[in-house]
Amino acid sequence: MAQSTLIEAVTDALRHEMRNDDRVVVFGEDVGKKGGVFGATTGIQEEFGDQRCFDTPLSECGIIGAAVGMAVYGIRPIAEIQFLDFIYPAFDQIVSEAAKMRYRSGGEYTCPMVIRTPYGGGIRGGHYHSQSSEAYFCHTPGLKVVIPSTPADAKGLLISSIRDEDPVMFLEPKRSYRSVKGEVPEGEHVVPLGKGRVVREGTDVTVVAYGAMVPVAEKAAEAMQQQGKSVEIIDPRSLVPLDEELILESVRKTGRCVSVYEAPKTCGFGAEIAAIVAEKAIGHLEGPVVRVAGFDTPFPYALEHLYMPDVRRVVAGIEKTFNW
Amino acid sequence: MARKSAPRRKSGSRKAPRKSAPGQVAGSARMLSVLKEDGSLDPNRDPGLPTETLLHLYETMVRVREFDRRMLVLQRQGRIGFYGPILGQEAATVGSVAALEDRDWIFPALREGAAALMRGLPLHVAIAQLIGNDLDRCKGRQMPCHYTFKEGNYYGMSSVIGTQISHAVGAAMAARLRGDDVVVAGYMGDGATSANDFHSGMNFAAVYKAPCVLICQNNQWAISVPISMQSASETLAMKADAYGMPSVRVDGNDVLAVYAATREAAQRARQGDGPTFLELVTYRRLGHSSSDDPSRYRDEAEVAAWEQRDPVERLRRHLEQAGNWSADDEQGLQDRIAAEVNEAIREAEAAGPPARETLITDVFAEPTPGLLADYRDWLAD
Ligand SMILES: Cc1ncc(C[n+]2csc(CCOP(=O)(O)OP(=O)(O)O)c2C)c(N)n1
Repeated sequence: MAQSTLIEAVTDALRHEMRNDDRVVVFGEDVGKKGGVFGATTGIQEEFGDQRCFDTPLSECGIIGAAVGMAVYGIRPIAEIQFLDFIYPAFDQIVSEAAKMRYRSGGEYTCPMVIRTPYGGGIRGGHYHSQSSEAYFCHTPGLKVVIPSTPADAKGLLISSIRDEDPVMFLEPKRSYRSVKGEVPEGEHVVPLGKGRVVREGTDVTVVAYGAMVPVAEKAAEAMQQQGKSVEIIDPRSLVPLDEELILESVRKTGRCVSVYEAPKTCGFGAEIAAIVAEKAIGHLEGPVVRVAGFDTPFPYALEHLYMPDVRRVVAGIEKTFNW
Repeated sequence: MARKSAPRRKSGSRKAPRKSAPGQVAGSARMLSVLKEDGSLDPNRDPGLPTETLLHLYETMVRVREFDRRMLVLQRQGRIGFYGPILGQEAATVGSVAALEDRDWIFPALREGAAALMRGLPLHVAIAQLIGNDLDRCKGRQMPCHYTFKEGNYYGMSSVIGTQISHAVGAAMAARLRGDDVVVAGYMGDGATSANDFHSGMNFAAVYKAPCVLICQNNQWAISVPISMQSASETLAMKADAYGMPSVRVDGNDVLAVYAATREAAQRARQGDGPTFLELVTYRRLGHSSSDDPSRYRDEAEVAAWEQRDPVERLRRHLEQAGNWSADDEQGLQDRIAAEVNEAIREAEAAGPPARETLITDVFAEPTPGLLADYRDWLAD
């Protein structure tokens, strides 16, 4: 097994699936010769030609609209949106069209496609290059929402997403693109959607985190260890479908739950985790379910390190489940 | 053909949208027309269809018209919830779909339901869609007039105006990538030309030379908003110029002109010469839908003027003049269609409501565990 960065694992998955299935095409702004602004499609056009990997006009609405038509016709589009912050012109195409295709046509037409896009803060991108708007998509029935936190998961989950029969939002934590490295199996490597991962076993409190918040949670767990508290970390890997059982099992064991997400706090996906735990594990709780999230503000530029949940805030959140 | 439809205006001569006399079409002299209102043909533009084909076009338009009329009646009687009639626009759909091959795909908008029937959607299944019952292929999940018919390469649209334009373009790109000899027809109304998806769809189509024909039924109205408020362009066809796409402005009430223009555009697409934009100039003679009262916003004189340009009568006149149609033929056809529609209504109305589990199926290939659990809880309560 080779060590690779998260973004290399994304490229690896794209290449693997394009070799595997000639219906797979990749397109978006600057994905061709340049290989994408972050480099996720490096070498793809070179290997597969400009019919299967091509640049598009600067129109998110057009990129996703065309992708929907392709998927309906029967090929497997992978559309790259340069930053999640620029997806809104395509929002209608995603939530009204892709998400509803199978349902509205009684199953006659389907929309198997992947929308890959970097999301999240921590790269000094300011408001328009840092947001985490996964909750909008989780709120739309018909969309799967997948967020990897490690290179191996990035590869395995992306391959599953491409093979999935329904539209998948594949959100890549851009802060982790190069900062997170790990072993990635060569060749075929599939991680099923809907199966979470126990990042670290523990007995006293459960922290649910995904994407770039997983490494933060891991550091917070180390810090808590010094205080004699054993933290279990669950990475759901896909928010839709959600591995509820894994989370509930953990919370039933630990009796405490902290949900960490970098999006604004109100109606963030971590609030859904809190609701599920409150609804289905209330009898096991020994303290409040705590959300550690971004503030309910737009995403700042200069003070992003204060806006985003960091080790100190996650530790404080964990402590609240003990002292309340 | 596929010529640029309207000469560019001199720069700086942008006028305020003109007020036309009732029923007058801006730039009507520059529309492609074959079949005159008196039933005669322009010999230079006649696509030379065999009598058999002309009779087929005529019968199809009559069937579509009768279906449309009866469905509006069913709505008035409370037997279906809503209906969007197409009276006066029959030639646009029938002529364009007839010019395509069956393997070509159709991405319809609101007024192209007749295309599904032409592709073989049984009448009673279409009516089941309007009712939203167990026979409906959408499983009762969409409002009326949202047919879907995959066997006929007829796409099931949403209600969101304009979104299907880029779907048509994407499908055309996919067809070419697969090496399929398939052309895609993407339809829209005049209102849709203001939507962002029109811009992205037209642009993508032209940039990638997608094998498609983008067809706008300019019926002059988008609910209560007239075309003059929709666009300050002299014609809709001229919008294609800016995308580097050829366009044709066609008399949309002339089934032969529509047929000829579509056939040529489809041929261009098929041989790899890229997309064409067609503006079919027609008129919505009834309300936007069964919920609309057009007397609140438009002049009846305008409607009366358009009645004079009826697309169905125009072709009948031609057939009669050529000795290919008689009063007896007409009576026979009307009787046959009335019986067909009656039988279809009976069959459709016999079906029950959609099965309860259709509440949760088809969201994904398999329901998520969370949804399944909620559904089971609900069943148990
Ligand atoms: C995006 C969007 N906005 C508004 C509506 C409501 N609406 C339904 S039909 C319509 C007018 C459509 O006009 P046009 O495109 O000219 O088609 P026509 O109905 O005349 O065939 C409007 C405003 C809608 N369905 N979608």
